[in-house]
Amino acid sequence: MRAFAHLLDRLSLTASRNAKLTLARDYLSGTPDPDRGWALAALTGALTFRGAKPAAIRAAVEARMDGALFAWSYDYVGDLAETVALVWPARPGANRPPALSEVVDALTHATRPQAQALIDGWLDALDADGRWALLKLVTGGLRVGLSARLAKQALADLGGVPVSEVEEVWHVLAAPYGDLFAWLEGRAARPDASAPGRFRPVMLAQAIDEAELTRLDPADYAAEWKWDGIRVQAVSERGQRRLYSRTGDLISGAFPDVVAALDFEGVIDGELLILRQGVVAPFGDLQQRLNRKTADAKLMAKYPAGIRAYDLLLEGETDLRTLSFAERRVRLEAVIAAAGSARLDLSPLQSFTGWDDLARLRADPPPGDPRAAEGLMLKRRDSAYLAGRPRGPWFKWKREARRVDAVLMYAQRGHGKRSSFYSDFTFGVWREDAEGRRHLTPVGKAYFGFTDEELTQLDAFVKANTVERFGPVRSVRADRDFGLVLEVAFEGLQRSTRHKSGLAMRFPRISRIRWDKPAREADELTTLERLLETMG
Amino acid sequence: MVIRPESLLHPRPAGLYCPPADAYVDPTRPVARAVITHGHADHARAGHGVVIATPETLAIMAARYGEGFAGQVHPLAFGQSVSRDGVTFSLAPAGHVLGSAQAVVRWKGLTMVVSGDYKRRRDPTCRPFEPVPCQVFITEATFALPVFRHPPDSGEIARLLQSVAQFPERSHVVGAYSLGKAQRVIALLREAGWDRTIHVHGALEKLNALYEAFGVDLGPLAPATGAAKAQLAGAIAIAPPSALATPWARRFPDPVDAFASGWMRIRARARQQGVELPLILSDHADWDELTATIAELSPAQVWITHGREEALARWCELNGVAARALALVGYGEEGD
Repeated sequence: MRAFAHLLDRLSLTASRNAKLTLARDYLSGTPDPDRGWALAALTGALTFRGAKPAAIRAAVEARMDGALFAWSYDYVGDLAETVALVWPARPGANRPPALSEVVDALTHATRPQAQALIDGWLDALDADGRWALLKLVTGGLRVGLSARLAKQALADLGGVPVSEVEEVWHVLAAPYGDLFAWLEGRAARPDASAPGRFRPVMLAQAIDEAELTRLDPADYAAEWKWDGIRVQAVSERGQRRLYSRTGDLISGAFPDVVAALDFEGVIDGELLILRQGVVAPFGDLQQRLNRKTADAKLMAKYPAGIRAYDLLLEGETDLRTLSFAERRVRLEAVIAAAGSARLDLSPLQSFTGWDDLARLRADPPPGDPRAAEGLMLKRRDSAYLAGRPRGPWFKWKREARRVDAVLMYAQRGHGKRSSFYSDFTFGVWREDAEGRRHLTPVGKAYFGFTDEELTQLDAFVKANTVERFGPVRSVRADRDFGLVLEVAFEGLQRSTRHKSGLAMRFPRISRIRWDKPAREADELTTLERLLETMG
Repeated sequence: MVIRPESLLHPRPAGLYCPPADAYVDPTRPVARAVITHGHADHARAGHGVVIATPETLAIMAARYGEGFAGQVHPLAFGQSVSRDGVTFSLAPAGHVLGSAQAVVRWKGLTMVVSGDYKRRRDPTCRPFEPVPCQVFITEATFALPVFRHPPDSGEIARLLQSVAQFPERSHVVGAYSLGKAQRVIALLREAGWDRTIHVHGALEKLNALYEAFGVDLGPLAPATGAAKAQLAGAIAIAPPSALATPWARRFPDPVDAFASGWMRIRARARQQGVELPLILSDHADWDELTATIAELSPAQVWITHGREEALARWCELNGVAARALALVGYGEEGD
């Protein structure tokens, strides 16, 4: 429990992905079975107890100490588990601190009253960090910023295997994962991944540009739009229906409407979108349904989800991944047609004669859904379905980013390595008010796109031209006669009620710093509004 | 005749005042005569007429404010006393920082002790707290909430060293207040066997030298300037908290920001300040030390100067000790 508590403590305050991986990998390699397996289950959300309720824990501590002192303490700390961990008046004569696996074992078999007695005893035996970890564990509040994706990467690092191999076996394994660690440490063969309903690692595309394209033969490739949703894998296999994210996280719970529509036997690769009468809604609509555990009827009616399918990995019991894309596509079309659901449609292939032809299509998509696409996907007709990002068979040819010249308005301190720099930049464009005066209105915020050297220059500019400070934020001088123009590249525009300008950008980044350009010559809000019209 | 304690000491806008001796303890504005418990800026201010304090505290004040910080100084070593108009002042170790003292004030059979800031656990850089029997104990209350129960120092230093081993390519920059905490962190690292050079921020150099002059061995120290970035991988540096996340810190490779403070017990505090490695090291008594000290001294009355008075007053009430909050302002500004 001590090592687990220490891990949680560090993870909860660590922002860097690499540092988190180091912490997780060190813990997993230095902790014996089955403790590390239970820790992994707890961190990835695969472990829940019905044993402990916050109210019971609060009652237990209030039975041991003055109510007023507890109330002041809770008020000060603001988090129940942390408060109880800190104030817990331990009774002397406690047992040794429990191992994590003892806690899991005992709670799995305990009734609720028994569980609270066990917890009281453990709280007596643990120190404050251990109590905090225990209470977070039993109340299901382990939000320490270690995603399942990172946990799988830490496992892959531990075993020196590609993360796709961990993803492939992940969903057939159960805590405490003794077979997984035995495989990763070379003591046993890889666990059998053939259980129905499992995730298959997805195939990813390389980015490509126009110049590289000319080296390829257009006849070898099929083209389709690159949809702006999230990549999913829909599995319907021997009675098991599941929806996975592209990293193998189970998201069925948030999309019961989609899961109910999986009337086929096989595995489909496709894009999860909000589809209204077969028309794709903006990404912002899909966001309303992401990162939830469940969805209620009202939400599903307002934001109906569906899948635009582009590949078929399994048909019936036949694994199609070794077949060519062209062969899989024919079977996919048949499966979608047979399913006959409005929530399941096909990503249409685009016919084209050569790269120039396709370039025109990409630059000027026809009205309708393609206007909202991020670009085109190119897939070799003879390509097998391979896990990971192989070089050659699949390419994403993104639409040129849109660009706008905006003026730097505010800057905020960054985090981690960048905490001494002003590295998050809010920028605005000109807008005319009713009396014809021009003001800057913020349209977005960007914190990447520049080099380290440019960051130093931007930081110096912010410090030298600060007008006001609000905590970690500074406003900088930005008016007709003086201001720093930033060329901002972005992928899309959406209407937004959250921003004063009425617009929100997708993936904005600073593509160039225009030291040379006068602030008054930056773009107008009307330019962005026109762009929004043409983007459909 | 029974002497009312308020006749010997009572709060005034400038601080705790002793009318029969016309003196203040730790006044927050310039006065004619001041007894200073320790060198932290919120207790020791410049500009008094006469200052009575330990030689260490006087040296700290001179280092911070310059030699002319007071009209006249009166060094009072532990165990010595000075009398004025029937009031006897002496100083007893408080265990807070180098030279820190409790002010013991005696008059007509009444003993009152002003704790100043204090702690009860061992500190290799200063004399441990000595309990002085008294009728009235005037205590600080910086960490007077049951949530503040500082863990053992050795465990905190072990966490720092474990992190250094785990991230050898990064350096660890420990934020620590320049008087007391910085030197204690260095001394604790030495006790834990860390004998490599510790890099220190320029703002600490004067006080480090002063500690060494008073016999506290800090081992090999070096400024952080001048060293190549790559050489600072795996290094430990100590800096005032205000230097974390400033251009000064850019010289270190991907630094792990640590902060040595009792406030680090609360996770939200660490998170708000962007601290990656909180080290719970405090120079103030925690809840258990505060309550145990009151229980041990068993004074007739407890007066509470600054901090979280209401919780400590509540504890006193539950334990049958008469207590009052003095509501003094101006303390606790230097942090922990």
